Amino acid sequence: MSYPENFKYTKEHEWVSLDGDHGTIGITDHAQEELGDIVFVDLPKVGTAVTKGQTFGSVESVKAVSDIYSPVTGEVSAINELLQKSPEKLNEDPHGDAWLIQVKLASTSELNDLMSAADYQKYIGAE
Amino acid sequence: MSVSADLKRTALFDLHCSLNAKLVDFGGWHMPVQYSGILQEHNAVRMAVGIFDVSHMGEIEIRGPEAGKLVDHVATNNAAKLKIGQAHYSALLYEHGGFVDDILVHKVSDTEFFLCVNASNQDKDFEHIKSHNHFDADVEFASEKYAQLAVQGPKALQVLQKLTATKLGEIKYYWFTDGEVNGVPSRIARTGYTGEDGFEIYVPPDKAEGLWNAILESGQEFGIKACGLGARNTLRLEAKMALYGHEITASTNPFEADLGWIVKMDKGEFVGRDALEKVLDQGINRKLVGFEMLERGIARDGYEVALNNEPAGWVTSGGPSPTLNRNIGLCYLPVQAAVPGTSMQVLIRNAPVAAVTVPTPFYKRAKG
Repeated sequence: MSYPENFKYTKEHEWVSLDGDHGTIGITDHAQEELGDIVFVDLPKVGTAVTKGQTFGSVESVKAVSDIYSPVTGEVSAINELLQKSPEKLNEDPHGDAWLIQVKLASTSELNDLMSAADYQKYIGAE
Repeated sequence: MSVSADLKRTALFDLHCSLNAKLVDFGGWHMPVQYSGILQEHNAVRMAVGIFDVSHMGEIEIRGPEAGKLVDHVATNNAAKLKIGQAHYSALLYEHGGFVDDILVHKVSDTEFFLCVNASNQDKDFEHIKSHNHFDADVEFASEKYAQLAVQGPKALQVLQKLTATKLGEIKYYWFTDGEVNGVPSRIARTGYTGEDGFEIYVPPDKAEGLWNAILESGQEFGIKACGLGARNTLRLEAKMALYGHEITASTNPFEADLGWIVKMDKGEFVGRDALEKVLDQGINRKLVGFEMLERGIARDGYEVALNNEPAGWVTSGGPSPTLNRNIGLCYLPVQAAVPGTSMQVLIRNAPVAAVTVPTPFYKRAKG
């Protein structure tokens, strides 16, 4: 699977894509691959404050639970309802339909220290 | 793939890599946790058949005129009652009554017993048995002599029967025989760790890859899948089979672990018996019990368990049950509460999530 050029990536395997002052957040294809069959996604409510580098939810596969860390600081403006009924979509389309949450950003400059698609692919290649 | 040189490898390591298995460190062994996906592999075993490399398991051979006496001295079940060709589940205990390991004992002859033990415990088990060997018996660490393949599921017999002249249907559950599978000298045991019918086959390590491939080919028509330790864990949990380090440890005893049935107090003296006698006199305080989540959330190993929001125990194993499509687990609770129907809470990230104790096993196969 390809890693979109317009996304920014974290070392904890989340991605964020920016549209104005709204960021859409998900987990990477590498993350879903490592987790295996995903069976449960725990997300915060709309309006919850999230902080860059802090956990805001979890993804559970058959074998393990994994925390998700926010790549940005802001307030949750939407969550992906699709994942409540069909968590397995995260295995199928992690960079598209199976995004996790949308956040209204406190500051868009926070994205500067995240990885580009090329850097992230290098990072997971070396892991 | 990151491959650590420190980890031990089974004879099938290269094969697992070529099958794109996801490999993990399992008790010091580089083992496949999954190939195509845990759910697919799990379902293949429940519906048809799967094959597992379990060569990391240890083997210990005990021979001599008093081999049976030694086994009965170190293990809790009654080895004297085994017939030649029969196997049973048993336990090695410390003097204080806690588990050294849980094991399978196979009676090969009146003077030879074959033990299958947990991978990460094999050295400890061997030393433990040797240290209690005051008998006319030899104890051999035999793990290097065997690779082990588990073929499990309702189609396991059909898959294997094509490869052997041994009449597999005549081997009863928890019996075994020595024969050939695909021309490979094999110890064929009708045992398993999945809750399904199936066989565990012990073979020379240099023959394991050829046999694995032959079994995969024979199983094609049934949709056989290569299965990893991930599916092995979900399958054994549904069948409520204990896992060392989880349900059973050095600080739990067999009565607490709901394994009283493998302890034969009336067979005479054995290591740990005095401690168990005291346990029976005083009664146990806690007991292993199955539970099912009522609210959304998945219990995992080590999570705290509460009764009326008061700390009461811990989860030993937990996760989703692919067969039942529910989130299940095993936990220790005070003995009065360790009966089906008790309301309890599992602390998931410090938040209490409602669960209820249920009868076990969670899954039992229909007898064919």
